[in-house]
Amino acid sequence: MKAWLILEDGKVYQGESVGAERKTVCEIVFNTSMTGYRELLTDPSYAGQGVVMTYPIIGSYGICMEDVESRKPWVEAYIVRELNRMDSNFRSEGLLRDYLIENNIPVVQGIDTRALTKHLRESGTMRGMITFGESFDREECMKEIKAYTLPETVPTVTCKQKYFVKSNGNRYNVALLDLGCKRNILRSLVNLGCDVTVYPSNTTAEEILAAGHDGIMLSNGPGDPKQNGAVIGELKKLIAAKMPIFAICLGHQLIALASGFDTYKLKYGHRGANHPVKELATGRVYITSQNHGYVVDEKSIDPAIAEMTYANVNDGSCEGVRYRNGHVFTVQFHPEACAGPHDAAPLFNQFFAMMGGKN
Amino acid sequence: MPKNPNINKVVVIGSGPIIIGQAAEFDYAGTQACRALKEEGVEVVLINSNPATIMTDKDIADRVYIEPLTTDTVKKVVLAEKPDSVLPTLGGQNALNLAVELEEEGFFAAHNVRLIGTTAETIRKAEDRQEFKDTMEKIHQPCADSLVVHNVEDAVAFADKIGYPVVVRPAFTLGGTGGGIAHDKTELEEICGHGLQVSRVTEALIERYIGGWKEIEFEVIRDGAGNAVTVCSMENVDPVGVHTGDSIVVAPSQTLADKEYQMLRSAALAIIEELKISGGCNVQFALNPNSFEYAVIEVNPRLSRSSALASKATGYPIARVASKIALGFNLDEIQNAITKKTYACFEPTVDYCVVKIPRWPFDKFVYAKRKLGTQMKATGEVMGIGINFESALMKAIRCLETNIYSLRMKEVMALSDEALAQALNLVEDRRIFVIAEALRRGYTAKKINEITTIDLWFIDKIASVVEMEKQIETDFSVETLRRAKLLGFTDKVIGEICGKDEDEIRELRYANDIKVAYKMVDTCAAEFDAETPYYYSCYESENEVDPATDKKKVMVIGSGPIRIGQGVEFDYCSVHSVWALREAGYETIIVNNNPETVSTDFDVSDKLYFEPLTPEDVRNIVELEKPYGAVVQFGGQTAIKLCEALDKMGVRILGTSAANMDKAEDRELFDRILSECEIPKAPGRTVYTCDEAIAAANEIGYPVLVRPSYVLGGQGMHIAFSDKEIREYIGIINRVHQDHPILVDKYIMGKEVEVDAICDGTDILIPGIMEHIERAGVHSGDSISVYPCQSLKKEVQAKIVEDTRKLALALGVVGMINIQFIVKDDVVYIIEANPRSSRTVPYISKITGIPIVKLATQCLFGDKKIPDLGYAYGLQEEKPTIAIKMPVFSFEKLYGADISLGPEMKSTGEVLGIAYTYEEALIKAFVGTGIRLPRTHKIAITVKDMDKEEVVPIAKDFVDLGYEIYCTAGTSRYLSDRGIPNKVVKRIEDGKPNYIDMIINNELDLIINTPTQGMETNRDGYLIRRNAVECGVHCFTSLDTARALANCLKNAGGVDLGVIDIAKI
Repeated sequence: MKAWLILEDGKVYQGESVGAERKTVCEIVFNTSMTGYRELLTDPSYAGQGVVMTYPIIGSYGICMEDVESRKPWVEAYIVRELNRMDSNFRSEGLLRDYLIENNIPVVQGIDTRALTKHLRESGTMRGMITFGESFDREECMKEIKAYTLPETVPTVTCKQKYFVKSNGNRYNVALLDLGCKRNILRSLVNLGCDVTVYPSNTTAEEILAAGHDGIMLSNGPGDPKQNGAVIGELKKLIAAKMPIFAICLGHQLIALASGFDTYKLKYGHRGANHPVKELATGRVYITSQNHGYVVDEKSIDPAIAEMTYANVNDGSCEGVRYRNGHVFTVQFHPEACAGPHDAAPLFNQFFAMMGGKN
Repeated sequence: MPKNPNINKVVVIGSGPIIIGQAAEFDYAGTQACRALKEEGVEVVLINSNPATIMTDKDIADRVYIEPLTTDTVKKVVLAEKPDSVLPTLGGQNALNLAVELEEEGFFAAHNVRLIGTTAETIRKAEDRQEFKDTMEKIHQPCADSLVVHNVEDAVAFADKIGYPVVVRPAFTLGGTGGGIAHDKTELEEICGHGLQVSRVTEALIERYIGGWKEIEFEVIRDGAGNAVTVCSMENVDPVGVHTGDSIVVAPSQTLADKEYQMLRSAALAIIEELKISGGCNVQFALNPNSFEYAVIEVNPRLSRSSALASKATGYPIARVASKIALGFNLDEIQNAITKKTYACFEPTVDYCVVKIPRWPFDKFVYAKRKLGTQMKATGEVMGIGINFESALMKAIRCLETNIYSLRMKEVMALSDEALAQALNLVEDRRIFVIAEALRRGYTAKKINEITTIDLWFIDKIASVVEMEKQIETDFSVETLRRAKLLGFTDKVIGEICGKDEDEIRELRYANDIKVAYKMVDTCAAEFDAETPYYYSCYESENEVDPATDKKKVMVIGSGPIRIGQGVEFDYCSVHSVWALREAGYETIIVNNNPETVSTDFDVSDKLYFEPLTPEDVRNIVELEKPYGAVVQFGGQTAIKLCEALDKMGVRILGTSAANMDKAEDRELFDRILSECEIPKAPGRTVYTCDEAIAAANEIGYPVLVRPSYVLGGQGMHIAFSDKEIREYIGIINRVHQDHPILVDKYIMGKEVEVDAICDGTDILIPGIMEHIERAGVHSGDSISVYPCQSLKKEVQAKIVEDTRKLALALGVVGMINIQFIVKDDVVYIIEANPRSSRTVPYISKITGIPIVKLATQCLFGDKKIPDLGYAYGLQEEKPTIAIKMPVFSFEKLYGADISLGPEMKSTGEVLGIAYTYEEALIKAFVGTGIRLPRTHKIAITVKDMDKEEVVPIAKDFVDLGYEIYCTAGTSRYLSDRGIPNKVVKRIEDGKPNYIDMIINNELDLIINTPTQGMETNRDGYLIRRNAVECGVHCFTSLDTARALANCLKNAGGVDLGVIDIAKI
């Protein structure tokens, strides 16, 4: 079956449908990771987005539930050069294709993904439609694309109820606010010996504070940070409570917004496993996993309140903030990796040490 | 950190001659590094014995010492140049070993020289087996169970403990020389005994066998501040057990999920951090295919073959970045030269797939064992880039230039089912073709995976190619054609399968708009706009090449993989031609596919097409770029072979025309021109069949030289003494598919002389005349070549110049011509003429200071003549220096290959000896090839009857030098009768201790053994020669080489060797 990707600027790419034949409109972004599709597909931060893989052969090592980062794939559509027809890996439980079909994800293969990526790089992230069949009604499609607005996605991806995860260490008791949390954030905390209570995004500050945690972790998550007004309101109260807070990605952006700083949308985002980030205090550079379309505006950071701690080596954009109150630090990149390099994993230890400082 | 202000003058140590395990990659790394150093205002002093390299040009380094790579040389250069630093990480294992030796000796400290790029401690930690093991244990990196041994008994005891099979890895050797897998005690004794002998420190590692595990490599780079990135991961298609240099390698890794990938990446970073390397490093892992269990196999704390491949596979210039780090820069201060927007401190990500295939010399060494193991056997490699594995693989196969364009190898397809089943069990160079054939005959992928342990993923990819073959055959349609092109099938192969003509397929393709597109290698998968014009082809929708330019475009055809007969010297010529063209204002396009070379570096030409060198692949580029013309005379036979096709495409061949090229190759045309020019030549005939060859030989009279036309490096060339031998040889020649006729010539035994000349269409320039030490019959590439000629009378030289002039003009040469002559009784005969650049051009260029390639390139357009370029016509004045080019062989790596010299070229590389006297130059060249004499003062001489008289004075010379001579009975009697004292050593069949025992016990300095002529394998002689080469005993099979050695030992044996900066010549 023919599949079509129609972009909001009128560009059309023809491919072949190899997934669910479900017509959809979403934001089209590209990811440059060469490994890690299992993790990436199930990263809730991709909710509402059609992801283009720049690496041309996807699916080579099958699918494996041990490696997924949440309960299901969240990408709205998947666009690849070639979906590998077989899987070869000792942990593979089945073909990626079957997994995507089971989860009703449209998949298009055979598109010149490099041409598409270049176009997105030049023209910026944009909306697009995936549709199927011998032909399509161009005008009708454009109308639908134009009518599409980015939905508020955090409520969709967060857990429905709070839950508790016990560790073997039992050293600290951490609240994890799930804004679309990747499992490896939870796993990283548990492995350090933290008992973790995971809260839905709409939990009030009072509820969290009343539970008597040693620290608060804010997760990654999808969408425009400014869509999360209610969460930001609660965060202001959490910051004021002088609890140790560590935030990643969307969490990092929301803390910035709660502190009166601003965020803006990057032209085509940072999505990949090779982004160099410089720790400004030491000059050390770490290779990090990234997935974000929005970024904290460095110029909006009030030096009386906070300072930028990490910068992206490629474009200089803000990758981390430390707050002068001494108990809040946040990063834009993903120390929990999955997919991607583990170079920044020691940041969890930093959070761990900060909670120790409280006692 | 910015540049260290205390580093201003750096000695860079090169890697020496090309041998198996050490090819052009170090010229690439060294050249890129020297340029990076000079960019920072550092004065570069270069030491390398290999004259065919680009790095030894005075445009690349400020001071150039083409000297033997010994501690003595490095010391003398340091004393003469007073550098502040030495950079040893660019010259492979040789350079590292030299650096460690001098550092341990305290020489560097005593002369205020620092090692940069590494430390002696780092090298020891990575190279010394025990220290390496301890270091890995310290940082919890698993290694396979292993023990360092210094004798065979300990090895056997350890193997008894951990169980067979075990792997033997000798320490401080190159390319895993002498290693192997032992399945029982007898094998272990044999392999370990040999391994200890070749190890510089008589040390070997005995290790648990992990054959069948995945072999994964990471290229890592770290700066002085501790920032580290991985440049590229690579996965060997052949699992652990085959040397990575002999494995088909794919980049990036294909079968690892992110968890495994990140586990190994983190391990690689932990290792480079612990070793505190400031620069590049290669880490090899074995990964259990059924678990997360892994083992660190090896760490190379330097630039390597893999780093060259990683650089070309990603576009990340590792040598350049490593050199900047050595100067003190940090990764985030070094700009990414590809994007010019980002920095070196990031990890390249690719949006294509790369396949490397080794180029093996089994076409040359038909008797060598094709089995692949831990001993590397390939001389070079090729790389294919595609948007899928299949097309990258098919491109790489085409790049090999073995007349095979796909996975269809005729000889494999002709195997019986039984033979195929057997072949599938062999680990040989043809394995990938055997797998394809097995799939064609109904083997399942699973079954093949069980037999070969090659990952199912790769087998399935081969299966997809085989399925496409079937579809082309049974269900050919436009849609099939479209899909076949996507998988990398050429029109020629598609046509062959579906019974159509290549041109017909192409027209069908064009009619349906199935056309090639070119994509850029940009290090970042299009995330950033890149400026590097480095392209590969694919069948995709968007073409990224903009052919528009206001300059005239010239396409230079490269020389493909390094192989015997076509080495780095042709890359030297291609690169210099490109530089000359750029200087003259042309836009240059290079087409080549060898990842080890300078020509495929991203900034050598204006545009680089990393593509196979076949007519179809080149046509695609031609149709897009529409170049003004193409240069074919610098890319060896690879480029010459494309001449006709380019001509047919309507591309202007710059310089000598296609028709004129053919005159030199076409026997009859050539003979006619020779007789018109009145140039004598040995009588010969052109024939097509074996019977015709025999008839011709009898007519001319034996001995005769038999060879196929259109060859390089004497491929398939033999001296035959009887009808029987002709029959046998033609059988071998026909094994390599040939479209061209066979030549039968009278063999004249005389002095061989060689000339390279530039012809501008009016007259010629000859930089110098070279004379060979070995008489005619030994391939010119295997002969010791002396400049200037030593024994030719003035009138003979004048005749050679005149013949060259007449012939060049008669052939219509514009540009380069190389001519080989035989001089016998002062009569000059021509052997052959090649209207192209030759392997002697780099060395003659360096030693005479005449930029031969540049001048020849400037002559190609016809508007400039030699006098316009500041040079006079004719033979140029002789230089006061004597330069002697000596061949270097890799026989110890090729089990079974006969080392005796003959008309078929066997050497892999060369060194140069330069001095003000003939003897000193000769001894430097011998030292450069690794000969260190005298040692035991014992020499063994066994020569065939024909040579006995001639060997007497040579034997006498060795006696005068204090040598004891050992001979087998016949030679002994002959020498004794002529008053040469000698001892008899038993032949092998006469019991022990015999000849072989003397070799194995390392008692001999030298062996002179001339093989019985002909194909009758003289078992004794063959065994002597093989044992000698495998035990590291020098063995000469030409009396001329032996005489030269005796002569120079006698006249310059104890002389203190000086060093000469050729930049000052």
